[in-house]
Amino acid sequence: MAAGLKEAVIELREDDALRITDELLGAGTDPLELVAACKEAMDVIGQRFADGQAFIPELIMAGEIMQGITAKLKPYLKAGAQGEKLGTVVMCTAQGDIHDIGKDIVVTMLDIAGFNVVDLGVDAHVDKVVAAVRDNKAQVLGLSGLLTVAFESMKATVKAIEAAGLRDQVKIMLGGAPVTGAVVEFAGADDWGKDAVAAVELAKTWVGGAS
Amino acid sequence: MTLPDNWSRLTPDERLQWRLDAWQGIPVEFASPEVAQAYRDRVQLYRDVLAGEKPATVPVAPWIGLLPYRWFGHSAKQAYYDYEIFKDDWFRFHDDTRPDGLGLTLGIVPGKLFDILDYHLYDWPGHGTPDDTCYQYSEQEWMKGDEYAALIQDPGSYWQRTYLPRVFGALEPFAMLPPWTDLVEIPFTAPFFAGFSAPPVKEMLQKLSDAGDAAMEWLQAAMAADGRVMAELGIPQTAGGATKAPYDTLGDTMRGTRGLMLDKFRQPGNIKAAMERLVPQSIDWALRSNNMTGNPIVFIPIHKGADGFMSDADFKELYWPTFKAVLLGLIEQGLIPWVFVEGSYNERLEVIADEEIPAHRMVWMFDATDMERAKAIVGKRQCIGGNVPAALFAMGTPGEMDAYVKDLLATTATDGGFILSSGIVLDEADPAAYKAFIEAGRKYGA
Repeated sequence: MAAGLKEAVIELREDDALRITDELLGAGTDPLELVAACKEAMDVIGQRFADGQAFIPELIMAGEIMQGITAKLKPYLKAGAQGEKLGTVVMCTAQGDIHDIGKDIVVTMLDIAGFNVVDLGVDAHVDKVVAAVRDNKAQVLGLSGLLTVAFESMKATVKAIEAAGLRDQVKIMLGGAPVTGAVVEFAGADDWGKDAVAAVELAKTWVGGAS
Repeated sequence: MTLPDNWSRLTPDERLQWRLDAWQGIPVEFASPEVAQAYRDRVQLYRDVLAGEKPATVPVAPWIGLLPYRWFGHSAKQAYYDYEIFKDDWFRFHDDTRPDGLGLTLGIVPGKLFDILDYHLYDWPGHGTPDDTCYQYSEQEWMKGDEYAALIQDPGSYWQRTYLPRVFGALEPFAMLPPWTDLVEIPFTAPFFAGFSAPPVKEMLQKLSDAGDAAMEWLQAAMAADGRVMAELGIPQTAGGATKAPYDTLGDTMRGTRGLMLDKFRQPGNIKAAMERLVPQSIDWALRSNNMTGNPIVFIPIHKGADGFMSDADFKELYWPTFKAVLLGLIEQGLIPWVFVEGSYNERLEVIADEEIPAHRMVWMFDATDMERAKAIVGKRQCIGGNVPAALFAMGTPGEMDAYVKDLLATTATDGGFILSSGIVLDEADPAAYKAFIEAGRKYGA
């Protein structure tokens, strides 16, 4: 039955996916089995995205279906039942920039990939980012920006992380349409990703210990 | 601008030539005969590249946002609120840099107007964004997912009674008023107008009047700014009107990016029907503006069809058909669509090189797109341009800029049909990198 759920999510059949979830839970299926099926489905969609077979609408729709399923699963899952998290990532759109679509997709994909994601939203003040990295002992910080004004904010954020003595504990990745390797160098970050899949790969690489 | 009496009998090509002649012969009092000639020469550059021919020199026409204000140490807030700064910096910047086109004064928006209207659709300096940041769209579902039927049935009524009251706080009372189409016979006239006696409606009408004054104050400043650049420097405006692709109208400021992407799965038929409904008004919007300004170029920024934003199949089925209908409608009227492609369009080049669009009638300006392929696929039918990246302007050295422009022009401009420009509207640029951009354009584009 969980295979049917996986298939429905992969094919983005929202109504079917939610109906099957209800049926499985009603039949007493272990909720962790559903979580695993969803994760497998999202891996397939993520791979399709990386291969150029799926696009942002497919990622957003998949995220929407996952939210619906998660809401249904919540009463059945004990705290911490979803297993160990891979690590903690603080995500935000850099100060001065309020674009959220790209950042939100990265948050969803990181969450599904098994990270604990602290989402600071848009226009994130430098001090707020520093506090979030420190308080959550984040291993990765993701700064997003669609405007060139975000470049300066990214640089200021990296400097503030350094000033707070946190730079050694956190890897910093950048993302957003105008971001390139030159922006990484300018801001003093560690790397950048062209899309959400690249962001997840970077986070996995870093949390796994490689650099 | 007054169209000739025989306009309806002219072919699209005759209309285009008439509009180009009118643009080139614009009745402006230039500072000197030399400046007048410089203006006409610059318009000729556009005529040549549009026709796919080699111009005297490659036109250098960057899209300018807040850059002049940063250049002279002023904030976005000052540019949006202080019209002396708005005008002075605009002129001094163009005097210092001398590009071949003037764009985009409309992007330096009037803050006072939005204060009066209580505009919710965007944040701007002092209203949700810092003083030195450009205005930014507040991404929300300003049109709800269950409102397609109302939009499709009567876009005008939907705008007036649902959308506008939601995006402008000052226009909320429009929701209380009936649609204007009720006004058909004498017995129904009094009930219609009775609604205007309500105090909130009266207050709204006063705000509309104030908004009109604020808009006119800004418009006079904008016309003075552009008029001075034109009259004293001989630089033509790059566009005389604007419109949008129907899919972007829905996705940018109505359903929002996320909302429209979900609609693709949940109600694709409604998206198509709504876009078809938006085609005539998209054409009419540009037509009215361009007829007023006398400049035939229609600026069309496009967003939501970029690579990654949808599959190729969806682009062909959802995005392109109604956008193509808009382009054809503009070309029919002798207008020149100047499509400002934001993001990457590598996957779309074969589709937009559509052979049903007459050759040499429009301009495609690219950003993060492979320009060699763009030249080979789109450039063989239409003028193309672009695509110096934002990051290079903001952080590149003059040497890097020079090398990029040299390579770009060698790839795209050797046989004409190319406009050198920025990939995005420029808010930020290192002055040395920006000057290197202009100089490289002159050096390698000659």
